[in-house]
Amino acid sequence: MAERTGNKQLVKGNVALAEGAVQAGCKCYFGYPITPQNAVPEYLSWRLPEVGGTFLQAESEVASINMVLGAALTGARVMTSSSSPGISLMQEGISFLAGDQLPAVIVNMQRCGPGLGGIQPTQGDYFQATRGGGHGDYRTLVLAPANVQELFDFTYLAFDLADKYRNPILVLGDAILGQMKEPAILEPDHPREEPDKSGWTLTGAKDGRPLRNIRSMFLGEGVQEQLNYTLREKYDRMERDEVRYDQRWCDDADCAIIAFGTAARIAISAIHEARDEGIRVGLFRPQTLYPFPFDAIRSLSERVKRLLVLELNTGQMVEDVRAAVGDRAAVGFHGRPAGGLPSVTEVLAKIEEL
Amino acid sequence: MTTKVYERPASLIDKTTHYCGGCGHGTAHKLVAEAIDHFGIRDRTVGVAPAGCSVLMYEYLDVDTAESAHGRALAVATGLKRANPDLIVFTYQGDGDLASIGLCETIHAANRGEKVVVIFINNAVYGMTGGQMAPTTLIGQRTTTTPAGRSVVNEGGPLNMAEMIAPLNGVTYCERVALFDAKHVRKARKAIFKAFEIQLNGGGFAIVEILSACVTNLKMTPLAAQEWVADAMVKQFPLGVFKDETAQGDGDAV
Ligand SMILES: Cc1ncc(C[n+]2csc(CCOP(=O)(O)OP(=O)(O)O)c2C)c(N)n1
Repeated sequence: MAERTGNKQLVKGNVALAEGAVQAGCKCYFGYPITPQNAVPEYLSWRLPEVGGTFLQAESEVASINMVLGAALTGARVMTSSSSPGISLMQEGISFLAGDQLPAVIVNMQRCGPGLGGIQPTQGDYFQATRGGGHGDYRTLVLAPANVQELFDFTYLAFDLADKYRNPILVLGDAILGQMKEPAILEPDHPREEPDKSGWTLTGAKDGRPLRNIRSMFLGEGVQEQLNYTLREKYDRMERDEVRYDQRWCDDADCAIIAFGTAARIAISAIHEARDEGIRVGLFRPQTLYPFPFDAIRSLSERVKRLLVLELNTGQMVEDVRAAVGDRAAVGFHGRPAGGLPSVTEVLAKIEEL
Repeated sequence: MTTKVYERPASLIDKTTHYCGGCGHGTAHKLVAEAIDHFGIRDRTVGVAPAGCSVLMYEYLDVDTAESAHGRALAVATGLKRANPDLIVFTYQGDGDLASIGLCETIHAANRGEKVVVIFINNAVYGMTGGQMAPTTLIGQRTTTTPAGRSVVNEGGPLNMAEMIAPLNGVTYCERVALFDAKHVRKARKAIFKAFEIQLNGGGFAIVEILSACVTNLKMTPLAAQEWVADAMVKQFPLGVFKDETAQGDGDAV
């Protein structure tokens, strides 16, 4: 990402993303409280009405995501946020959003599991986020911010992407990113792009136009199959046009760490220490997890022969990295799940091992 | 000279439905279409049809509609109406949808006083999935999952939704009607009209529970099924108005 200029303020991640939504023209928020993202609904409960929007605390995450779907039918920019257990409850609704081809933004400030788990940071939901999560053959585009600025920027961007593809977009953070404070510029760096939606929204059949029906169930020989091909074609476009990543210190690197989100922050600290000791380590940080930067990682593995995947789980993204790299380079893994944070020393030791 | 005394409402599409002979959905659809015509609201109405026999409602009602997941019609309707308060929003739900899997959404939408109309078809079984027990199945009633008859001890008794919903804060209107003869169809029509009128006047949650025969799953002839509704169902689910806040004289009354 290019350096941003503007007024910096010290702000919490959860608040930055909520303000990113407001700046993106989000008109409705529906959600249910869960730590570590409560600052999102608390902020939007006063901020959205201030800009003429609607805030409603729903009776559950199941209800939240279906309220999101209802608002999306009207073409309004709409979002929800939650944390891992709540996102699990939303999966049926996210599948419906994908099948109905409706734009919506969903934020997951991950907390650890499985089960009730705890409120510590984790990246345990990588598979759920990148493989669709709910039932059926669909994908959600997944943005992975690694700092408070990106929480603002990616949430802002998520609304444009949701409208562009008429698809649910996930912003995947974690308990650290949501709750930490950092200086950030809470102004967008580009104007938002909201397409004309009047061709498909449910407005009531105006001026005698034929009825519209938005659904995911299609009877008739081959029609449901065709919907899945249509979706696939959309995912192909995302894979072609929406891959985002941040690559640093790789030009002279003998090895590189591949990490996203909070894990990438730890990687950066380790890389600075390694370089102080004369070990040339680079960073590759996916900013979209779906679509995954397969091609960029493949070309990296042509040049850098030792790669360490660092995650806050016991090994999820590493499967995608191995698929990208094949036998071009050695791929090591280090991860700590459920609130265990890898120390810089641990990471340096793993780099030595490679 | 001949005068037309009866015609298909304009908002009802001219085609044969997939519903079984004797099923109440066709009649209920027609009554909803008549209300839409009467108030001239086709161009601002959006219906929500969740999974259930009437998920294909869009085939028959000539208005904008959305499908919803089983049980989530009232959450979707909440989103629609909150995002665009100018819409006239209605849900069309079965008993499995409204009283079992979607019970939480039902109670909370009613309690919040969501400004929507709920058409609630109580047919005492799960129609679409083949006649399993519903939350409204009568005690002793045999279904494909209560082959010996529903027992209070094992499955609990039937849920009387109108009685449960009426006392909630946000409910403006709550009535239970039936479709087993022409007189009752006329009453049902009046109730549905009233529910839409309440929304047009900015009132709160308006629900019409409609007792309806699922002929196929009751394994009865259409006539016997109507008699069963009139007799057995009405005993468990008494007809009548359970709440009408417009009657207190806000000028809303039909
Ligand atoms: C999550 C989920 N569970 C179960 C189903 C299967 N299912 C579809 S409709 C239905 C029950 C329908 O009964 P009711 O709501 O009473 O409507 P009817 O068909 O009788 O009109 C069920 C269990 C589903 N579609 N989704």
